[in-house]
This record gives sequence, C-alpha cells and structure tokens, in this order.
Amino acid sequence: MDRRVFMRSGAMALVTMGLNPSFLRRTTFGMALPQAAKGKVLICIFQRGAADALNVVVPHADPSYYALRPNIAIARPSLAAGDAGALELDGRFGLHPALRSLKPLYDRGLLAPIVAVGSPSSTRSHFDAQDYMESGTPDRKGTTDGWLNRYLAVSGTCEAGTQCAPTPFKAVSLTAQMPRILEGPQPVVAMNSLDEFTVRATGSQADRLEALYRTGRADVIHATGSDTFEAVKMLRAANPQQYAPANGAQYPVTDFGRRLRQIAQLIKAGVGLEIAFADIGGWDTHVNQGGATGQLANRLREFGDGVAALVADLGDRMADVVILTMTEFGRTARQNGNGGTDHGHAGSMFVIGGDVRGRDVFGRWPGLAPEQLNEGRDLALTTDFRAVFDEIVGTHLGGRETTRVFPGYAGTSADWLSLLRGTGAAGVGARRG
Amino acid sequence: MPSSRLLLFVLCTTLDGCAGTAASSTREPVDGRNLPLPPASSVAAREQTADQQVMHALNRLAFGARPGDVQTVRELGVDRWIARQLDARRIDDTAGDAVTARYRTLGLPLPQLLDEYPPNPVLRRLARQGGAAMLRDSMRGVSRADSLEYAMLRRRSQLVGQELLSARVARAVVSERQLEEVLTDFWLNHFNVFAGKSASMRHFLVAYERDAIRPHVLGNFRTLLGAVAHSPAMLFYLDNWQSTADTGRPRLVNPRLAQAVQRRYAQRTPQLAGLTPGQRDTLVAQLQQRRRGLNENYARELMELHTLGVDGGYTQQDVSEAARVLTGWSIQQPNELGAFRFNPALHDAGAKRVLGTTFAAGQGVREGELLLDLLARHPSTARFIARKLVQRFVSDTPPAALVQRAAATFTRTEGDLREVVRTIVTSEEFFAAAAWRAKVKSPFEVVVSALRATGAAIDTTPRTAAIVARLGQALYQHQAPNGWPETGEGWINTGAILNRINFGMALASGNVPGVRLQRWTTFTELAPLPRDQQVDGVVRALLGGDVSADMRAILLSGDHPMLGRAAARDEMRDSTGAPPIRATVPPPGLAQIVGLALGSPEFQRR
Repeated sequence: MDRRVFMRSGAMALVTMGLNPSFLRRTTFGMALPQAAKGKVLICIFQRGAADALNVVVPHADPSYYALRPNIAIARPSLAAGDAGALELDGRFGLHPALRSLKPLYDRGLLAPIVAVGSPSSTRSHFDAQDYMESGTPDRKGTTDGWLNRYLAVSGTCEAGTQCAPTPFKAVSLTAQMPRILEGPQPVVAMNSLDEFTVRATGSQADRLEALYRTGRADVIHATGSDTFEAVKMLRAANPQQYAPANGAQYPVTDFGRRLRQIAQLIKAGVGLEIAFADIGGWDTHVNQGGATGQLANRLREFGDGVAALVADLGDRMADVVILTMTEFGRTARQNGNGGTDHGHAGSMFVIGGDVRGRDVFGRWPGLAPEQLNEGRDLALTTDFRAVFDEIVGTHLGGRETTRVFPGYAGTSADWLSLLRGTGAAGVGARRG
Repeated sequence: MPSSRLLLFVLCTTLDGCAGTAASSTREPVDGRNLPLPPASSVAAREQTADQQVMHALNRLAFGARPGDVQTVRELGVDRWIARQLDARRIDDTAGDAVTARYRTLGLPLPQLLDEYPPNPVLRRLARQGGAAMLRDSMRGVSRADSLEYAMLRRRSQLVGQELLSARVARAVVSERQLEEVLTDFWLNHFNVFAGKSASMRHFLVAYERDAIRPHVLGNFRTLLGAVAHSPAMLFYLDNWQSTADTGRPRLVNPRLAQAVQRRYAQRTPQLAGLTPGQRDTLVAQLQQRRRGLNENYARELMELHTLGVDGGYTQQDVSEAARVLTGWSIQQPNELGAFRFNPALHDAGAKRVLGTTFAAGQGVREGELLLDLLARHPSTARFIARKLVQRFVSDTPPAALVQRAAATFTRTEGDLREVVRTIVTSEEFFAAAAWRAKVKSPFEVVVSALRATGAAIDTTPRTAAIVARLGQALYQHQAPNGWPETGEGWINTGAILNRINFGMALASGNVPGVRLQRWTTFTELAPLPRDQQVDGVVRALLGGDVSADMRAILLSGDHPMLGRAAARDEMRDSTGAPPIRATVPPPGLAQIVGLALGSPEFQRR
C-alpha cells in the first residue's frame, strides 16, 4: 500500500470515528448527575492482619474464655471493672471497651455483631485467607475476580434503563491499589484519595489532553479517555473540597478516617456510588496485644470511631446503606508466650445499617471448652462468611443471581442469619445459638 | 567446528549449567551483519512501511526506542536486528550487566541470600531464641545495641525486595538484550508468583527470576517448565510443598515408620493436653487432615494456566491424579535453605492415570518429570503457548493462521521457544497494517518506554517501580496465578487513563526519578527551534512520527475546534463557584509538548 494513501485514509477514519458513542453520552454524563441518590450502597471494610475476634466481641459468659487468656482477657461488664470491662450486649457477649463509640449503634438496633463466622478453609496464611475472603471462593486459588466485581456484573448496567445514567463511580475503592475483592472485568475506580482523581495540568494543557482523547479512532482508549474526563468533571462538580461532615461527625485524623470521610462525601455527592471499599491494617497482634488498653485497643478505637463517624455523617442516608466489616480469620483462643495471639480460625464481623435487625448477637456460639475448639486451639466456625455476603447481596443489593457471585457455594437463603429486614423466605427472626 | 568448541558442545549435552559458559566463550562483537539474511523482498512486500516496521519491531521486541535506536535498526535492517535479538546471548550487554552487578542480592545463591538477609520469620525466631528481647513490641529492657542491630537486620531484609524491583525496571530500560527482557516479562507473568505470599517470597523471587525464568526464555519450554516446577517460589506459592498423599494411600516409606513419626508429632502438640482419648483421636485426625492431604492448587494451574489452557481437554479427575503424581515435591527448610526436595514420605506411591496415560506405581520423583514431559508435548500446550505469545507480540485477537504456524513450530522443535518467537515476529501478520499500534501498553511498558525514549538515567531506588504500581501494575504483586492481562481491555479504565496522563505530566515537570529533560539530547536540540519543529521532533522521538493531523494540530496550537468547546465548558463550570482541582505548575513550552505526547492516546499503544 502506498504510504500516503494509507495515511490519508487513516486520517479520514479518525475524523469520521471522532464521534463515538461514549462521546455522545457526554451530555447525560457531564451535565446531569445520575439520580441514584436513593440507591442502595454497600461499604466493605477489611481489617487486614486478622483481628482478634475474641477480644472484639467478648464472650464474657463463657467460663473458658478467662482461663485461656489470663493476661489479655477483657473483664466482664461490671461496676468494678468500670471502663476496663466489656460493654454489655446481650448477657453473653460484650464489645471491647475501645469500641465505645459503636455501642450506641447496637443500642439503636443499627449494628449486628456476628460471632464464629469466617472462611471454611483451614489455612492460617494471611495471604491465602484474604485471597479467599475477597475472591469469595475458599480453597480455590484460580478464581481471577473478586466477589464484589462479580456482584457488579449481575447487578446489571444502566445502559438500558432510562432513570440512571452510567456512572464511573458505581464502585470505588479508597485504596492505592485495586483490591482483590473488586478485581475483574467490571469497571471500578481505585484511588488513594479523592483529590488524586484529577488531571494534574493547567487549564489549556488539560483541555488539549481532553481534545487528544476526544478525537481519533473509536477504541477502548479513546472511549475510556472521554469517560475519564467526564468523571473528573463530575467529581469536580460534586465539589469534594468543600466538605463538612454532618451531625458533628468526628472522623479519626488518620488515613482510615480520611478514607471513610471521602466515602461519605461520594455518597452524599450523588455520583451513583453503590459499592465502596476501604481497609485498615495493624491487626496481626502476635506480641503484647494488650487488654482493655494497649495495641489492639488502639486499633479498635480508630476502627470504631471511624465507623461511628461514618454512620453519624450519613445520618438518614443509613436507611439505604449497609456497612460490612471483615477480617481474614480469628486468632488463637489461648494467649501465647508473648502476650499476644497467633493465627486462628473463626472470627467476627459487623453488619451496620438502617435495615439491620438489631439488638442481637448473630451466629451460633460453639464454645471455648477444649473439646469445642477447632484443632484444639481456635474458635470453631459455625457460619460460612458466604452466608453473610450472600444475604447482603441478595437482600440489600437485590442481586438477582447470587449463585454467580459465589460459584461453588452450596448454601441457600436458608443459611442466611436474617441479619437484614426484608430477608426472604428464611426471615423468621434472628437465629441465635 | 574447532576441537575445543566441539569438546564444550559434548560436555554441554551431558552437563547442566554450562549454557552460559558456551555463550560467553563464543561471544564476539556481533553487529549482526554476518547473520543469515531473509529474502530481500520481504521488507518491501509487507503491509507496513519500512519506517513503520522499524518502530513496530522496537515497540514489540523491545520496550520502545531509545535515542538513536531507530537509526541503528534502519542501518542494520529490521530483519537482521530481529535475528540479532533472537540470538540474545551473542549480544554484548555491558549496560545490562552493569545493572545486575550493582545489586549484591541479585547474585547470591538462595541459601546465602536467606542467611545474609534473614527474612522476618527467621529474624523473629532468632529474636525469640535471644529471649524475645529484640522483638519490636517489647523493647523495654533491651540494650540499645541489640535493638539497633535488629532494626538494621530488618532493613537489610527489605533490601531484597527493593533491589528486585529496582533492577527489574533498570534492566528493561538499559539492557541491549531487549527481546530477552520482553520475554522475561512475558514468562514471569505466565508463571506468575505473588511476592506477598510470605516473608521469604521476595528471596525466592530473586532466585526464581534469575535461575528458573531468565535462562530459558529463548530456550526450551520443557526445561523452563521443569525449572519452574522445581522452584521454591512456585512450590510455595501454589502450596504443592505441603501437598501429601491422602490417608490410606500407599507410601514409599514403611507405613509403621510413618505412623511413628505421626505419633511423635502428636506428642509434641500442646493442644492435646487434658483431652480424653476419644477427643484426642478426633483432634489428631483433624490436624492430620490439615497438614497432610492432597493439595490440588499447583496441579490445577499447571494444566489450566501453565500448559494445556482452560479448554485444553483435561478433567477434574486429571487434576486430582496429577496432584497425586506431584505429592512429595517440596521444599527443604523454606526459610533457611529454600532448596527443592522430593520427600518420599509425603508421596502417594499408588498408580495414577493422567490424560489417558498410566503412571506405574512407586516411581517417586520420576513420575513428576514424566508428567511434565506429557504436558509439554501435548498439542493443547503448543496451541495455548503459541496463542498467548501471538497475543503478546501481534494482536489482542490473534490471527488463527499464525497461531497454527507457531504451534506447528512448537511441536516440530519440541518446544524451542526461540523458534516459536521467530515464527511469530518474522511473519506477515506481525508486519500487517492491522497490527500497527494495535496493542495497549501495560503500565510497565508505558513507564519503561517513556524512560527509554527520553534517555533517562537508571533509578537505583524502587521509586520507579512504585510509579508502575501507581499505574496499576505492582510488579511481583499480582495475587492470582493467572497473571496480568495480555489484552487492552484488562488495562484500560477511567482511573488508569487518568494515572497515565498524570504520569506524562509528572515526567515532563521533572518528577520522575532519573529523568532530566535538559539532559536529553533531543530536548536540547529542539529547544531553540520554532514550535512546529518542536512538535514534529517530539512526535518523532516519542511516537515514531506517525500521528494524525488532528493530534498534530492539538499539540501545535490551542486552535483545534474541540478545544474551544472544552474551554467554554470549563468557564461555565468554574463560574458556579466550584474550584478547579489543579495541582502542578505547568511545564514550560517544549516540556509541555513532551507531557502531552506522553499522555496522549497514541503513547498508550505499541
């Protein structure tokens, strides 16, 4: 082919291709924010490093608990124990005293603690256990996507609907890297911070860059590029810089606190957020984890204060929001020789939201007597984490095909804990151990 | 053949590890001119222009052009340059060797690396042996010298991961053996291993990349597959090191001996204290199920991802049987030695049947080798590997005829990867018009090609690797065994585009380590020239000169119609009171053109 002919026809193609579908969507996209303000939102928080469940939701009525942990146990709720005692929940369990800010949520019926929950895999590797919890397929390494991404696939796109415009902020991870749980073919935005989601260039420079992506051939780079510039404008219009938390919410002045605040910002900005993710580390307390105060207490305070601030800030919007907290496994029932705990099995979770059937501790308690322990050392598992995820996907998010979200999972809605109001057939009230 | 080389040749057919000797002894200052020339007509007969072919080869067989590369390839002839890259060991690579020499950890044998740069579990054990006094969280009563030494050792161990990252980027930027670097990237990804799996994994990865991957990227597939199968990195990552025969299966060692070992193990296990005999039995059974038992992870990925491919015609039964074959393929003292060890006590000694082939009982480690032979020769493997290589080098949608020819080469040469790659990169399809700029660069390719194009000095810190991670490809950190995507859809999303644009801006404003535009000859040459010549010069240096009129117009001025509208919209938006979020100081004139070109859609392609 003669080079000049090739060049000319190439240039022609570029011009005619300039108006690609994504470009035409621009008006819908850029000018009118999607009307998803009343949509359901799921916020997932991962406590990386395996939080010590037995000192988070304290089984103060189980006599073995105090025998196993002579130095690090949390005292029974009592006048004598005072601030060092567990915060009474239901006569069997209490919250760690550093979770004081979460206690009112429990009392208002917004917070459901789940005990003895986790992955059926017996792995004690942080990596493997996090991997399984995020892929949603315990003991299957080959799963390439995360369960939240698979949820996005079955939740349907807005392309066909008339009410909701497609939004680039349907799923957002407030992390520097895309977490495993959101990996997959569905578009997800991962960002360290909202103010990083911008073109770092001055006006005319940014305009030229935009023009480069608006002209040229219709391919994945140009289409996504056009969407990118719309997304940046959308966020700018939502004005995240001018944000004051509502209801006097005080986020911890930490990365974790900032990320939760930015999730609240996105929700209130009405950019169509459905799934948000954040994580918090520092839970791998092998040495000197402390009791009512100390290392673990400090992590719990930041964690609890952050979640409580998020709930306060979202106010009435909590009616449509569920916050789900998870950690890869629990820790050994017995304290170790270094005043800490080692890698264990079952853990605990919190589900927080307006639809939660509150004032109850969920999950069957297997007990801590020697013969009741898993492998003689850990809290045994009575609830597969997928039963919790499955209920949230099926009920709160209205996912139509939860079997596609959790391939290989044999459970059904009969395994749900009825954590949420509106739970279907099995909704006969909370199941207690 | 001179007699000394004949002798060497004979030795090398019988001994492992003399490939390097052979190469270095025959190394000569090769300029490629003495290599056989393909038919003279081929360059002219191809769909791409001669200029495009030069850029295309540099974009696909290398991480883009450095200043002067286009000239070099043009003078040598694109076909000779390709032949030379395929014969990588004969290329003098002083620059690449200098990088490797700079990092001490890269050269150490694994046991020495683990010993001199003890990973965290070893450090913790040492500290515990020293009365736990040195542990970070119990510093009270520790002498200052002890705690300093502990901190120093921790930092030292972290050096292993940092040097691994830094060297990977630096070698890709400066090595003359560019095809070898591209293939190292390909095969490390094909046989993906995740650095975060354990504290020793970075140490394993040093040996993995150096000993299992790099020597074989232009060698034989079966040899590569075997090196990976024996590597502590893969054995650990996919858990095969702890895969053992299920209870009740025949063993290679005396069952009574095995029982005695189990009894001793049970006695040492503290959880058993204070249990009734019945409870104890249940618990021992539980513990043994956990530690002992078949783990299919490696066997499955070996078939699905490493050889046959997901549609390669195997069943779950084949996976289980292959896992039984591989029981006992383990690691000796993972944190201290990290050496491959076949442990007969863990091996399932019964007969197995994989893909219709029977493995006679009791052959031990040999069965695993036979399994790898079987998989490496399987027609599905030839097709799967051929297709993936065509996808990397030619197009996201591999031309079927080329895949077929590459697979035929694979089968004919019994997995000679050099010949398979040669079939692909000398093909008509490789130089087709449809292949021109058809591939989306991975973040690693974006960063390395930008550093090469702008003549950057190498960065001896992991900072550049951190930029690659920021763009969405944290090296050695892909968790799942499938590796990073080979297609454009996998890389491009709104956040990714934004990060790529901002990377271009950062480089142009001097915020990328090693890059000083003022030291880039092209930049100083273009600086005094008028804007149109600057634009053409930048487009030539970064994009190979072939861009649309629209793009040139946008780089040249602010007059493009699209720009007027964008600016007007912004004014409207800004009048609402929302402050624009704009961070960095604008780079001046020429640097601005460089930033735009690097952030452009064209630079995202290769």
